[in-house]
Amino acid sequence: MADNSEKANPYTSAAEAAPEVELRNPRMAMFLGWLLPGLGHLYQGRTGKGLLFMITILSTFAYGMYLGDGRVVYASTTNPVKNFSAFKERWHYACQLGIGLPALPAYLQTWRVENGARALQWFDDNFERPPYQREQVRQLYSEGLFGDQEGLDIEKQYFSSTDESTNLVTHAGEREKWHHDLAYFFELGTVYTMIAGLLNILAICDARWGPLVSLPPPIDDKT
Amino acid sequence: MLLAATEMNQRIWYALPLLVSVSLVYAATRHEEVGPLLNHAWRFALGIVLFMLAIAAVIQITTWTL
Repeated sequence: MADNSEKANPYTSAAEAAPEVELRNPRMAMFLGWLLPGLGHLYQGRTGKGLLFMITILSTFAYGMYLGDGRVVYASTTNPVKNFSAFKERWHYACQLGIGLPALPAYLQTWRVENGARALQWFDDNFERPPYQREQVRQLYSEGLFGDQEGLDIEKQYFSSTDESTNLVTHAGEREKWHHDLAYFFELGTVYTMIAGLLNILAICDARWGPLVSLPPPIDDKT
Repeated sequence: MLLAATEMNQRIWYALPLLVSVSLVYAATRHEEVGPLLNHAWRFALGIVLFMLAIAAVIQITTWTL
């Protein structure tokens, strides 16, 4: 019968071989890591990994926003529990929110629109605001929130587009216009921004618990 | 049809930035040192490419006569 007592425990040896990582205030690092990718690692003094996470995740998110013309990150509702049917229409935002601060303005924009205010006009009116419905635009127009713009111009701006045959296409809502104008780039941008958010969750776990060490298979006790 | 096929082939390049970022971030959650991290990222990226190729092959075979 083989004596296993002198053999090194694979779990212990793998754990010993793993580099010592100082996880300074893991909960705070976790929060900072959610707020901005890599910030938690920078806070812990893990500069290299912090910068790696920051550059890769933020550039993935930024590229997705670029592909989707800034339209792909928006929240359909501020209360997903109460208004689940609206949330289902843009559940992607739950994944995008994993990136923290870069996706948070979408929530603020939706909150403004839900409360009858016009969305903030940053970056040429495409800063993470939800798509307008016709009724919303009519109401905003009647309240004079579009300034000197004519009704027809607003209609064209938010609900019409020109197709490849130069025909004027009128859409039911602004979301339909975005899908028409951006075509598959809307989905592509959405996928990029979602993956960026999900990748940041991995980075947050790394800031909280440290790197996952792959352990070798356990020794078979029967031998 | 050929034009559509070429356009589809061009779209595959959009997977490249995702492949790089996903493999780098995933590997970074497993290692602290640069060497093992890059090694893991390379192997992981290769695994993703092989998986995608296998799926593409299955789709190609099952839709051969369509």
